[in-house]
Amino acid sequence: MEINNNQLLRFTTAGSVDDGKSTLIGRLLYDSKSIFEDQLDSITATSAKKGHDGIDMALFTDGLRDEREQGITIDVAYRYFTTPKRKFIIADTPGHIQYTRNMVTGASTANAAVILIDARHGVIEQTKRHSFIASLLNIPHLIVCINKMDLVDYSEEVYNKIIGQFEEFSSKLLMKDVRFIPISALLGDNVVNRSKNMDWYQEGTLLSTLENLHISSDINKIDARFAVQTVLRPQNEDFRDYRGYAGRIASGIYRVGDEVAVLPSGFQSKIKSINAGEHEVQEAYAPMSISMTLEDDIDVSRGNMIVRKNNQPEMEQEFDVMLCWLNNDPAKPRAKYTIVHTSHEERALFKEVVYKIDINTFERDKTNQDLAMNDIARVKIRTTRRMMLDTYRENRNTGSIILIDENTNETVAAGMVV
Amino acid sequence: MSKYYLNYLDELESEAIYILREVWAQFENPVILFSGGKDSILVTHLAKKAFYPSKIPFALMHVDTGHNFPETIQFRNDLVEKLGVKLIVGSVQDSIDQGRVAEEKGKNATRNALQITTLLDAIETNKVDCAIGGGRRDEEKARAKERFFSHRDDFGQWDPKNQRPELWNLLNGKHFEGEHFRAFPISNWTEMDVWNYIKRENISIPSLYFAHEREVVFRSNSWIPVSEYLKLEEGEKVEKKKIRFRTLGDITITGGIESDADTLEKIALEVSAMRKTERGDRSDDKRSETAMEDRKKQGYF
Repeated sequence: MEINNNQLLRFTTAGSVDDGKSTLIGRLLYDSKSIFEDQLDSITATSAKKGHDGIDMALFTDGLRDEREQGITIDVAYRYFTTPKRKFIIADTPGHIQYTRNMVTGASTANAAVILIDARHGVIEQTKRHSFIASLLNIPHLIVCINKMDLVDYSEEVYNKIIGQFEEFSSKLLMKDVRFIPISALLGDNVVNRSKNMDWYQEGTLLSTLENLHISSDINKIDARFAVQTVLRPQNEDFRDYRGYAGRIASGIYRVGDEVAVLPSGFQSKIKSINAGEHEVQEAYAPMSISMTLEDDIDVSRGNMIVRKNNQPEMEQEFDVMLCWLNNDPAKPRAKYTIVHTSHEERALFKEVVYKIDINTFERDKTNQDLAMNDIARVKIRTTRRMMLDTYRENRNTGSIILIDENTNETVAAGMVV
Repeated sequence: MSKYYLNYLDELESEAIYILREVWAQFENPVILFSGGKDSILVTHLAKKAFYPSKIPFALMHVDTGHNFPETIQFRNDLVEKLGVKLIVGSVQDSIDQGRVAEEKGKNATRNALQITTLLDAIETNKVDCAIGGGRRDEEKARAKERFFSHRDDFGQWDPKNQRPELWNLLNGKHFEGEHFRAFPISNWTEMDVWNYIKRENISIPSLYFAHEREVVFRSNSWIPVSEYLKLEEGEKVEKKKIRFRTLGDITITGGIESDADTLEKIALEVSAMRKTERGDRSDDKRSETAMEDRKKQGYF
């Protein structure tokens, strides 16, 4: 295969085994020739040993011993396939166990979410839950697959009824780009190949939809944000006074000569040079990893942010986040945590839980202050020093945080700046 | 605005560089686990880019089973000299001589599992708090569950069911004394991506990856190279074949495939038509369905 300018698309799949999610992923991998013979042999043998008829597609995605023995998915698994148009990364998240924790993880970097609905059952609680998380995590594209169309006689009426159900509840959610596709993952209708049984559906198959989604503008290209990861100070003759600020551009575009400010100090300078690896470039954009030098010798270190002089993030010490609790140990009242935002770390404490959200009904509960595994809540946070924040809606990279428990070092929560 | 997007190789490169810089920023004494195989060569190449114009700030650590392809060792030594980095060698032979481990017995005995002790000893002796590996999630089903930053307890063990969630690009490398991390900057690369990138960047790799004539024995469905460590079994005969290796490991367990691909272009073309995974030729993974997971839990790469 020739090297080309194909893009990378990351998507997450939500649904349970009963919805045919594993069958769908198996179908995508199989029909795009991404499953190898020895994998197929091994899975065929295991399927036979377990007494299944045919191949159990779930075995492709369930890698751990316990998962295979118990027939459940415990953790997010990543799968890869390539078509002549794109490279794809699937974050396959379990439908039942720790669904919020895992789906939030898979969704955090996704360009698209594929949500499965069983055509016989229509929209159920799980559909609402998954759609809510997709909207909360601001996944740019949502593809709703109405599966098992073969079991409802490929009925256009059923399909339209389910779209109606979906649109009714989702009007309360913020979603930019929603598409519906009637499929049969088992028989392959509209997955990779166009269905011969649904003439009434004229839009693309799932694969062609994934191949053609416009993802170039999924990353914010307006607000230039660059968090410094580390400072390069080579100890050699050729680069005696060199101070390169290394990092990955979170959003926007930088050009040599741009007038910039370094936060939080606010010192101003101009970009002197930009390097991508060994090569000097005149401009760079998200999500490139680069290093830059500035005209003036000012103090810049890890955790600082270099932005345009006339387009700066908010500097806040007290702010609200939508928080997903990810740990078995519940949150402790007024507990202190390490907050990580870009390459910047501070200590943080909860001021107050503003409300909790019931993710099945989207209702707000203002009476309950406890946060346990899989809970989602709006929380007021106070930090030791000011953070350089954008809202998550505007900027996924500079509007997201995690909390680390200082006693266990575990990542206990993920948050989105409101 | 349409010109402001990265192609998939540039995006994978950028992600790997970001992870390597995070390792450097978050740990005291990180090393690159260097086997001489294409994946660890790729990681080293990416580290060069990540820290240019500085030198690579990591030592290379090689766990030497003593059963090497001579070409791999030569390649390793040349690269270390060219980059001016430190080389740390953990020797399985030393671990055997010191009585830390015993050679496996039986006809399919290898030193594969013995590497775990040597690796963990080398990590402890050199006070390494992060070992960067070239593991990829597409390689093997247990590896598909790895994080970019993967925690190891003070026994060097991996607990796959209890991993820290990893969201957005926020990596948590916090750890207590005695614990360490493994970091996997090329997690999201497939074998095809690796070859396409090696071709694009014209990265030099050991000659063993290119088709060449070699004396081999057919065993467990692949061509095992003849070496001083190989014991011929009844019915096995030595043949001369034109082969190349898809992965490089211990010479006693790394099987080659018959091939005429003697340039990077031909290799990339061949790989794109492959119907078997690259680890399908590795007898260490064939022992049981969860062989890799079991070894990884104990501290394997």
